[in-house]
Amino acid sequence: MNEQLLEVEDLEVSFATEDGLVRAVSGVSFTVSRGEAVAIVGESGSGKSVTVMTLMGLTRSPNSRFAGTALLHGEDLISAPEDKLEAIRGKEIAMIFQDPISALSPVQRVGAQIVEQIRAHEKISKAAALERAIELMGRVGIPNAQERARAYPHEFSGGMRQRVMIAMALSLSPSVLIADEPTTALDVTIQAQILDEIRQLSAESNAGVIFVTHDLGVVADIADRVLVMYAGRLVEQGTVDDIFYDPQHPYTWGLLGSVTRVDRDQPRRLPAIPGQPPSLVQAPPGCPFQPRCPHAFDRCRELPPLAPQLPDAGHLDRCWLKPSDKRALRETDGRIGLTEGAAS
Amino acid sequence: MTENDTIVAGARADGQQPLLQAEHVQLYFPVKSGDLIGRTVGHVHAVDDVSLSLAEGQTLGIVGESGSGKSTLARCLVRLLEPTSGTLRFHGGDITHLGRKPLQPFRREVQLVFQDPVSSLNPRKRVGQIVETPMRLNGMNRGDAASRVRELLERVGLNPEHVNRFPHEFSGGQRQRIGVARALANNPKLIVLDEPVSALDVSIQAQVINLLDDLQDEFGLSYVFIAHDLSVVRHFSDQIAVMYLGKFMEVSPAAELYSKPIHPYTEALLSAIPIPDPRENRARERRVVGGEPPNPIAPPPGCRFHTRCPRATEVCREVEPPLAEYAGGHLAACHHPLNVSSAEISAAARSPLSPLSAGELMPGGREGAAPGTQLPGVSRVTAGPSDAPDAQDGAG
Repeated sequence: MNEQLLEVEDLEVSFATEDGLVRAVSGVSFTVSRGEAVAIVGESGSGKSVTVMTLMGLTRSPNSRFAGTALLHGEDLISAPEDKLEAIRGKEIAMIFQDPISALSPVQRVGAQIVEQIRAHEKISKAAALERAIELMGRVGIPNAQERARAYPHEFSGGMRQRVMIAMALSLSPSVLIADEPTTALDVTIQAQILDEIRQLSAESNAGVIFVTHDLGVVADIADRVLVMYAGRLVEQGTVDDIFYDPQHPYTWGLLGSVTRVDRDQPRRLPAIPGQPPSLVQAPPGCPFQPRCPHAFDRCRELPPLAPQLPDAGHLDRCWLKPSDKRALRETDGRIGLTEGAAS
Repeated sequence: MTENDTIVAGARADGQQPLLQAEHVQLYFPVKSGDLIGRTVGHVHAVDDVSLSLAEGQTLGIVGESGSGKSTLARCLVRLLEPTSGTLRFHGGDITHLGRKPLQPFRREVQLVFQDPVSSLNPRKRVGQIVETPMRLNGMNRGDAASRVRELLERVGLNPEHVNRFPHEFSGGQRQRIGVARALANNPKLIVLDEPVSALDVSIQAQVINLLDDLQDEFGLSYVFIAHDLSVVRHFSDQIAVMYLGKFMEVSPAAELYSKPIHPYTEALLSAIPIPDPRENRARERRVVGGEPPNPIAPPPGCRFHTRCPRATEVCREVEPPLAEYAGGHLAACHHPLNVSSAEISAAARSPLSPLSAGELMPGGREGAAPGTQLPGVSRVTAGPSDAPDAQDGAG
């Protein structure tokens, strides 16, 4: 393992709402090393975006409660005072958002927006900062960068806007880059271009990348390690091969099984995960996936720990089932899925 | 050779009348200048000479990137928009320019399910009212409609006790089920699904796909399934059309599109999709096409894909390729087709579904058949936007 950049320990995030306390993230721990791409997968409401936004200090509000730590170069991002966080944010840890049109200011030229970010952290002249902004825009594949720096966000296509976001995120060579569903709003041919771009640039700068997505194809394409989140908790964590070829948690099986694939014929009926994700206000006790899990048994009323069950200590999961039984439970005709007893 | 030979393979197999036919359908949106007079300064070529046919009980998938015109085509097919030119036929009857009243029977038989389950349901109406409205408009009495609403909700997997809830009380997947229940209310023949699962999480997607699958078998529905995602349509379709900048690039029986893409654009789309399998992904040779789709107000001459195509040559810039029909009813509009032998190329015939503006040059340098093989009933050969009726007219 390389040098560890970011260490998140027992992160808890909850929001006070009219309906009660929403426990968006519960007990999440993970690390990100230099040059590593970590993917966080999960469905909407699983807490994946809240986790990364909390690292950026973007969930702070009078209604939110935090616990746990997130150490970046020895500095705790969770408890850091706002002025300290401002110095770190953008410089040490930067973020690419899902929707570039709402993340960019519509009334400012894109070049000026990148310049503003650079000058917030470094004492350099406007001209020098603009030069750097133009060079960055060229590097992320924006043609005519010199001219385009004077354009407004609405004059760019979706893919080009996302490139502006990437240029901005990389402008201060952060050591951790967070990408929150950066390609979800883009077409597949553009998505392939942007993924190539992120992969190449993060390799050049040797940054650690946290990639939030719900698309398992993108995960297989870009990640070294995968965290699977469900109802605010990590339910499984391992290398990309662990997760795709030896998944241990029934929720992961369900996710893998319900993906439609372009490269082969599917069974006539897709193995869907029955039911709905639970409410985060009154989370059921025990395993959060228990109400939807066809393999649930008595012990699942107690919350399993996130622990290694296999000889490989890097592969953790949160399930009471015996590892030796899992292969038979998850596979039908060599296909992984959440099948037995699964209703449509 | 029968008359029905002019129709895509799916319909030809059993020789019956296709349910829905589009012949050289065009839809241009005028672009107005910003001044007081509001002169028309150009047209967005949203759908540009598309022909298709759909047999009863079949599913046609239409795939394309944003801006390809797939949603506009869907809205044309259900006559929410009136085509600028071309002909739409339902059960053989011309519905292209019908007004509101004569369209009513058609409206009953054709329904649309929208992409966004939030904005397609009225937030101030209860679910019962939403699903009941089509039946009440159709003259069903209140009591019958109410019991049918419960039946429908149950059928799409919702609790019939929830008729009095509002849309916001449901999750995304459940809301999409409400949309499906509303579409089913009048026992339609055809449902046009405009990206019905793209707003949903994968596990919920699978639930809705399975539901749509079951409903098709149970009610003998035909689907037009619009998607930007080739992997979802694969599961569903009998035939798949790949659309780019308002035109069909390739129309193929579903499985063959994936094993044997003929058009370079189709191949580019397939190769751009990451496969959820890390080892295969690493082993795969990826060809990422550069660039972005051109402006649909001034589409490039010749083949529309030539600005991004790795195989483009001089001829692609000048001559618009016709849809060539290869074995098995697999159509592709390309001068430099992939995955076909030279024997297959010389056996290919110009498809009558080809755009009227397409050249005669077939792949392999042959001249295509004489223009006598055009679709029957199409008299207007020059289908310019200028002689077309106003698209707003009677579209309400």
